[in-house]
Amino acid sequence: MNARGIFREGLWDNNVVFAQMLALCPALAVTTSGTNGLGMGLATTAVLVSANILVALIRNLVSPQVRIPVFIVLIATLVTLVDLALNAWLHELYKVLGLFIALIVANCAILGRAEAFASKAPVLDAALDGIAMGIGFTCALTVIGLIRELFGSGTLFAQASLLLGPRFAFLETTVIPDYGGVLMMILPPGGFLVLGMLLALKRVLDARAAARRRRPASADFSGAET
Amino acid sequence: MNATLAGLRDRLVYQGLSLGVVAMIAAAALALGNRLTHEAIGQAETADLASSLRQVLPAGMADNDLLADTVTVGAGPSQADAPPGGGSEPGLRARGANKVGAGGMKCPAAGTAPVTVHRARKAGVPTAAVFRMAERGYAGDIVVLMGVDTTGRLLGVRVVKHAETPGLGDKIEIAKAKWVLDFDGKSLGNPSAEKWAVKKDGGVFDQFAGATITPRAVVKAVKRGLEFFAAHREEIVK
Repeated sequence: MNARGIFREGLWDNNVVFAQMLALCPALAVTTSGTNGLGMGLATTAVLVSANILVALIRNLVSPQVRIPVFIVLIATLVTLVDLALNAWLHELYKVLGLFIALIVANCAILGRAEAFASKAPVLDAALDGIAMGIGFTCALTVIGLIRELFGSGTLFAQASLLLGPRFAFLETTVIPDYGGVLMMILPPGGFLVLGMLLALKRVLDARAAARRRRPASADFSGAET
Repeated sequence: MNATLAGLRDRLVYQGLSLGVVAMIAAAALALGNRLTHEAIGQAETADLASSLRQVLPAGMADNDLLADTVTVGAGPSQADAPPGGGSEPGLRARGANKVGAGGMKCPAAGTAPVTVHRARKAGVPTAAVFRMAERGYAGDIVVLMGVDTTGRLLGVRVVKHAETPGLGDKIEIAKAKWVLDFDGKSLGNPSAEKWAVKKDGGVFDQFAGATITPRAVVKAVKRGLEFFAAHREEIVK
């Protein structure tokens, strides 16, 4: 698969959240604000890329029968190392992201990519797949987080400067001042609602795109399928 | 070459050995990672502690080094319950008063484990005490750091460690909400003992929508901390 195809898969066609429906637990638990979604997405991307590279490197050495435990040990080790390194050298960031990092171990998308892609692909492709899937996941989480935050607290990217540094303080916007907030959007039901709406939206867009692609091929307008 | 590898991979011995090797490499990587980061994490946590000590003490209350002026209190003979899973030899209890028996990682939740109290002084006169209390929250222990003046009045409370649900329970952090400031100025008599609870339980402290267990645990920890201070006031203030 070429790089273009890999990115198309990761960002849209086979998006971790919106198409594979994996990693919904961290996706729904963390996305109470755009900043939280972004932070979780970035941390997951880092682990996803390194896990994919490692798995691709050892793919020929691992017996199919024991591959799952091997991958799990690798992923858990990586997550712990990321946790330790962030805690030691990027302590301020760790205080913001620390809560999410342990959740990454439970993210089945990472094992999913190791199993479905990286264990059968060359190292470079696996790394690209990790980046693409990670960006797709980050986008999905950020979008869900932003929508929930907008309806739930009336802000966008609140506390982004804690995550990205003071230079990104301009991202923090209050859309509706003195907004009471629809609390349900912050609570778990809000997560499910937003996810459901976005899934429906993606289906509609995909169906439209498919219809548009089909039309030039069948030039007659008999409309047999409608 | 590839053929021999493929043949090897189907052998049970190879599978077991490869799993063992991977586990060993992972363990080595973790040990190395821990070694490399241990010191830096310790330093970062000490810096954190120093900055949170400053947060729970109003400016101008201390002119001494709080990190150095500590006393370890607790594990008194009054509490009879042995540590869980114990097999604790009597010698351990006897040494509890000095720092040797600090019991390492045990959180002070059991009421028997010793608590390290940082003492604030001004010109040598004790003005306040700062210590940690832990209480089981929704997900693991919530550790609060609390500053108490010599009369038992709360100067400030900060949650220094927790693993509560992001977006719901984490409003106990000062960075996320001003909720913990409600404790400032409170003491054991104000509000009265039965009012030391979240509003849902008939107390005076707000709970959060969607998270009651978390603030309940924090309130309980702070109340226990005040009781601890009252019980050991003579040992702490001197």
